[in-house]
Amino acid sequence: MNSARQAEISRGARWFGALAGPALAGYPASLLVADGALGTRPVRWIAVVPDAHNRFERARHGEVGLIEGWHLARAVQEVVAADAGKPARTAIIAIVDVASQAYGRREEAYGIHLALAAAAGAYAAARLAGHPVVALIVGKAMSGAFLAHGYQAGRIVAFDDPEVMVHAMGKASAARITLRSVEALTALAETIPPMAYDIKNFAALGLLSATLNVADPDQPQPADLDLVGQALQDMLASMDAEAEHDLSTRLGSPLRQASQRVRELLRLQWSQTVTE
Amino acid sequence: MTTNQETRLTALLGQNSFIELAARERSRQLLDAGSGRELVGPFERLSSPWLAQQGVVTQADDGVVVTKGSFNGQSCVVLAIEGAFQGGSLGEVGGAKIAGALELAALDNRNGIPTMAIIVFETGGVRLQEANLGLAAIAEIHSAIVDLRRCQPVIGIVAGTVGCFGGMSIAAALCSYFIVTREARLGLNGPAVIEQEAGIAEYDSRDRSFIWSITGGEQRALSGLVDVLAEDDVQQIRSHVAQLLARGVPRMHRSEQTARFISALDAADAATQATPGMARAIYAQGAQ
Repeated sequence: MNSARQAEISRGARWFGALAGPALAGYPASLLVADGALGTRPVRWIAVVPDAHNRFERARHGEVGLIEGWHLARAVQEVVAADAGKPARTAIIAIVDVASQAYGRREEAYGIHLALAAAAGAYAAARLAGHPVVALIVGKAMSGAFLAHGYQAGRIVAFDDPEVMVHAMGKASAARITLRSVEALTALAETIPPMAYDIKNFAALGLLSATLNVADPDQPQPADLDLVGQALQDMLASMDAEAEHDLSTRLGSPLRQASQRVRELLRLQWSQTVTE
Repeated sequence: MTTNQETRLTALLGQNSFIELAARERSRQLLDAGSGRELVGPFERLSSPWLAQQGVVTQADDGVVVTKGSFNGQSCVVLAIEGAFQGGSLGEVGGAKIAGALELAALDNRNGIPTMAIIVFETGGVRLQEANLGLAAIAEIHSAIVDLRRCQPVIGIVAGTVGCFGGMSIAAALCSYFIVTREARLGLNGPAVIEQEAGIAEYDSRDRSFIWSITGGEQRALSGLVDVLAEDDVQQIRSHVAQLLARGVPRMHRSEQTARFISALDAADAATQATPGMARAIYAQGAQ
């Protein structure tokens, strides 16, 4: 594979190819889906990738758009439907490298919020039905795109790499909306952990289950595939051991004390009778 | 003044505006009279730890009001976002209030108490000063809605004037049923962000009539993307909630109707720029 060709293939697509193999037919070109196994565990792999010929022009660079949202939902719903009534639960692994949701007039007019809800809802329903869901962040995990593809996973693991990024909004837009300069925003991110874009700060918030040090995040090596495969199997095993399929494992960080305190007070006050 | 106009004026004067109410009052009026009790209220002083660090004024309820009470006798929790504080943006505390309350409502149902939830959205989405913690809270809200809606309908309302955007528009679309007014807007990306990312020709954030024609409440209702277009009246909104609640948990939530929406989008002319009419047309088939 020459370097020019490599440049056209996203990180997400490369890791999908190395981990999952050839994608199934029957999905849009922007959605890679494959059925395989990790150890003896059946797995469905899912990735969103750039498609230069996407029918929707605002979704040609790997954004999660209308088509991607609904087909993500479909790919996840198929797994749940296939396992209904069986004791075993197929695992779902979302390979995440999504720079953003699609921004455009068609997207808003045709209800992209609902398309992303379909995807997020399908992942959440699968997890609640006992399917272990892992998000493997190999590149960008931004905003609505990440909410639709990855953020409902019971475990999130990410490469420890400068190209790996999680955030609610790209810097230019975030600066415009908060009436700050990009420089001011970058400076604030140095001291306010939830405003940072890098994976170490994201990990400090307690939202990651593991960070992985791969030799080359752009070019999967055999040793890295073993490392990633083992990490994913560990995640599946730890989820199988849990009775609840919620997101409570994310609440433990000292930086999320307020999230814990609010829940604690809500629990205390929930069933109290009125004392006036 | 003609008789028609007089009738319209009398009707308007008789209305009790929902839009003009703040979040706390909206919640109280949706619930059965006198049944509402605020949880984690402003006297707990749980304001945003992150805004204070950035020199931004905080609010003692962080812009989210949790009120537990009853709706037509049924256990109910109302989660109302205050659009007047930081544009209704969701940070760590406000997000945890909504997620935590929905989690407890689901737990109630597992313990045999059929608690339902009403969410009053007035929000631009993630509070960017708390970016990743806002986003995390919104993911937790999504999860909690999906969990609760298996047991009881989760009813969403966006009345205006802030509207509902960002990750919270995804939460809105996960609700079992959704009520809007003509003043409401519902969409994923805020107009200024789309203009920033895609250019003014794609989306002119200053063109109000254009924005409402795409994301306004009436358009969303005509496209079948929400359930009810309501007048701005407390009693009417309350009776819509009662009617939706009576329908029970939908056999298939709108966000689960994958085959229907994929075939509608397959039939859409993606090469042509979208118009409000095209949006109504592609979803007219199979609309309920």
